[in-house]
Amino acid sequence: MIEQLDQIFVLLLHWILAWLPAALRPVTGVIINVATIVCVFPALFAICVLLERKGLGRIQNRYGPNRVGPYGVLQPIADGIKSLTKEDIVPLSADAVVHFLAPVVLVVAAFLGFAVLPMGRNMALVDMDASLLFYFAIGASTELSVFMAGWSSRNKYSLLGAMRAVAQMISYEVPLLMSSVVVVMMTGSLSLVKIVEVQNQYTYGLPHWYIFTPWGFAAFVLYAIAGTAETNRSPFDLPEGESELVAGYFTEYSGFKFALFFLGEYLAMLSISGLGATLFLGGWSAPFAFLTWVPSWIWFFGKMMLSILVFIWVRGTLPRLRQDQLMNFAWKFVLPLTLVNLFVAALWRFMGEGWMRWAVCSAILAVIYAFMCRVGMRREHLGPREYRYAE
Amino acid sequence: MLGEGLIKGLAETARNFVGSYFSAERLTTVQYPEERIAPFEATRDFPFLVYDGDDWEAGLRCTSCQICEKECPPKCIYIEKSKDKKPDYTGRPQFYPVRFDIDISVCMSCQICVEVCPFESIKMDTEFELSTTDRFGGLLHDRKQLAKSNEHYHKIHPTEAAEVDARLAAEKAKAEAKAKAAADAAKAKAVAVAAAQAGEGA
Repeated sequence: MIEQLDQIFVLLLHWILAWLPAALRPVTGVIINVATIVCVFPALFAICVLLERKGLGRIQNRYGPNRVGPYGVLQPIADGIKSLTKEDIVPLSADAVVHFLAPVVLVVAAFLGFAVLPMGRNMALVDMDASLLFYFAIGASTELSVFMAGWSSRNKYSLLGAMRAVAQMISYEVPLLMSSVVVVMMTGSLSLVKIVEVQNQYTYGLPHWYIFTPWGFAAFVLYAIAGTAETNRSPFDLPEGESELVAGYFTEYSGFKFALFFLGEYLAMLSISGLGATLFLGGWSAPFAFLTWVPSWIWFFGKMMLSILVFIWVRGTLPRLRQDQLMNFAWKFVLPLTLVNLFVAALWRFMGEGWMRWAVCSAILAVIYAFMCRVGMRREHLGPREYRYAE
Repeated sequence: MLGEGLIKGLAETARNFVGSYFSAERLTTVQYPEERIAPFEATRDFPFLVYDGDDWEAGLRCTSCQICEKECPPKCIYIEKSKDKKPDYTGRPQFYPVRFDIDISVCMSCQICVEVCPFESIKMDTEFELSTTDRFGGLLHDRKQLAKSNEHYHKIHPTEAAEVDARLAAEKAKAEAKAKAAADAAKAKAVAVAAAQAGEGA
């Protein structure tokens, strides 16, 4: 029974496919899978938006939306209706085709990332050998859509936003990749399904998640920072900094296209959370051995939503960075740390079992971190700002 | 150490988040249509016409002198003077407005009309829920909509209204005293004249 609940979606798919002639089965199977992803994640997007609006409100000692439905739970539906019924304005001097394609490309790229994420036991849509590589390749194409949007709008704010976005996303792509590479080094596989399987083991009832190793923890923190920047989330939301750029690269978008950008952004957030959970938090595996009876997909989506909550929390807390701070942080702090972390991971791999590698690896990371902070505070202008003329 | 401030900030927002569910005084929002804050006494937005007594038409203090119409900077007041006269609070016959319109979509709430009015008849209201589906006719208030009782004025601006009432009462007393003096003088004169006539006759 528990086994069946765990595999309920897989069984459901098989049950549906059993009704069809054998020739149609592979195609229909893929279509059903894709349709499920295309339905489930926008629904999660709606939940995320609601959580974000309510959560940010509470963080700022406000109520948040509380008018539509009980406690405002129907707010996303109202938002959806509103964005659907709004006029779709295309600027006269805009490149209409590219202007139209940009949000589509963004959403498509965001959805493609979900194809390789294992959302439960046997629940990866495509079990590729190089799924991690595929994921990052697809993730990089969101930059294209952002720049398409900014360039085709023929608006200075759009263009500035797009340029910022591209600079930021390319800069943070590097640490994002580098922090994920350690996982590949340890697992010896680029397949996300394999990565989860390796982490799905228990000693003394505790899981073998990579976050519970020194290099894994460091990589997770760096991954979270780079992932936040990659999805243009606050505090790295310079591309859409409303105080300086109106709305950034989607200034000239309205109605449903604007909603698509919004959707794409949240889908990117969800998928980066999902990938983070897969790489470091054991994907669909349970946090304790005695909880393995809970269906695997619950764990995956739980971890994903938990990271979304952290995203919201961080957004409610941190102010936006300046462009130079952003770049300095990426190239002078995050990237060197990821490189050190690669070395530490290699050391961990070759030091063999025992407490020695724990001590050595943690010590190296702690010392390097402290050193980087000290240097960063003093020379790299990462620290508190000095006011020469004010005060 | 780098990151210390981040942790502190996150703790602060977490405290806000949890605290907002437990202590109501953290939430400063007033849930407007259901809850309302009483307006300050000095609140003012658009002018209204004060009337005394129960009948708004008979009690209007306005004498349609048209000073406010002339002084209004955005020219949002339109007045039509009556042909006949009716007595005002001192009993003196005065004109009254047959038409008194204020276009509140034009009005800029400067209160100049209130300041120039010599009859204390136009005052500032605190009513702000004026939205309407008709943006031309709906925002053009005629004298019936503008007329509000002196009690209403007392309710929204008690101090100011008491001052105005005292001033009007003083003026009325003065006018009455003057009228009485005039009547006395006339009577005395009449008596004197009668006496003189009597003397002549004698």
